[in-house]
Amino acid sequence: MSETTHVPEKKLQANSSRLLMAMGSVGFIAGILIVFTFQFTLPIIKANEKAYLDQSIFEVVPNTAYKKVFTPDQNGVLKPIPEDSEEPYKIFACYNKEHRLTGVVVEASGQGFQDVIRLIYGYDPQKQAVIGMKVLQSTETPGLGDKIITDAKFLSNFAHLDVSLDESGERLKAPITLIKGPRENDHQISAITGATISSRAVTRMIARSTAINIPLIKKNIKVLEEAGNE
Amino acid sequence: MSDERIQSEKMEIFLKGLWRDNPVFVMLLGMCPTLAVTNSVINAVVMGVATLAVLTLSNLLISSLRKLIPGQVRIATYILIIATFVTVADYAIKAASLEVHKALGAFISLIVVNCIILGRAEAFASKNSIGKSVLDGLGMGLGFTLALLLLGTVREILGNGSFAGVDLFGPNFQPLTLMILPGGAFFVLGSYLLLFNWLKHRKEKEQKELEAVTFYTGEASR
Repeated sequence: MSETTHVPEKKLQANSSRLLMAMGSVGFIAGILIVFTFQFTLPIIKANEKAYLDQSIFEVVPNTAYKKVFTPDQNGVLKPIPEDSEEPYKIFACYNKEHRLTGVVVEASGQGFQDVIRLIYGYDPQKQAVIGMKVLQSTETPGLGDKIITDAKFLSNFAHLDVSLDESGERLKAPITLIKGPRENDHQISAITGATISSRAVTRMIARSTAINIPLIKKNIKVLEEAGNE
Repeated sequence: MSDERIQSEKMEIFLKGLWRDNPVFVMLLGMCPTLAVTNSVINAVVMGVATLAVLTLSNLLISSLRKLIPGQVRIATYILIIATFVTVADYAIKAASLEVHKALGAFISLIVVNCIILGRAEAFASKNSIGKSVLDGLGMGLGFTLALLLLGTVREILGNGSFAGVDLFGPNFQPLTLMILPGGAFFVLGSYLLLFNWLKHRKEKEQKELEAVTFYTGEASR
């Protein structure tokens, strides 16, 4: 009896070491391949992401020759930071060839119909309005929700979206709202037919972001203007 | 075995994935990416090429390690190998084009669970030489890419009025939006299956008629 139980145990022991060896070797090869590919592609991916963001920033604020990156400190004062900084809260000040501030670009994100939507919008301090918007990341329904990226009529809402501040300089004069049908004033965004949820998501993101960032930019406008001369 | 016969066998392994055993139109495997990412030609081609690369490379590695992998852990090992090549493909696509990577979204990672790849690893690469396994991977991968391209072409033309992003019909074209939604994928796939089955039955019928004629003339001449 003891012999019959002893033999399979020995066989199992031999099998186990072989199983471990096989899986360990394959795991080792897999690890090497993944690490090598990651190291090789990382600089290319980072360069691609930076180029895409730069191109998008120049699209939302036309006549931009160069940009500088800022982040707010604890007192709400904008401080310049290096372009490749890992700081998540970034505000991009855009300048023309004459070093004059042409606009400020802010990133906003929020939940869309399927997943998170990430976008940037350009703010013109002279016009006190949003002058452009571009979606950087979205997985909205193809053919419906993804029209927030391509629909010319929807994008025209952001060619002049009034975000002027009230006398206190802390609040927008009128909140940004979504409307079904044509716009009645410059505070409204006209929704895409068949993509109301995605349109509402974009409106909510811009409304929330402008409510925080426009007073911050207004407060720091001198800092941003003077940084162009440096 | 003569050289000619070996060549013909290799050609047969390569070609069967393209037509006779096409993974999409004949075996109906890998339906998730077939239905989900064929809303445009570019998405379809990139997904097809990524699957082709993963399939060929995993077949290559699995075939080379087939004598070392114990049967008890073979599926786990195959999945590990496939997942590795999918991760490599994911990074490669992200480095090549961020736009395409964004368009394909989670479907690149989901190549891991594409049953064509595990199916070919288990049914072919684990039992055949490296050369044959690579040919099988290339043939099946090209067959899959071809099927995705056929679906993507019809869906993009009808659903968006364009081919690979190039506008075909001008601004007055009224697109059939259903075609780029998942429901449209079912319609197009169903139509292709109908066409391929009709072609197959017609060929079989012609074959039977030819055999009958040969038999009749053979009997008569006797």
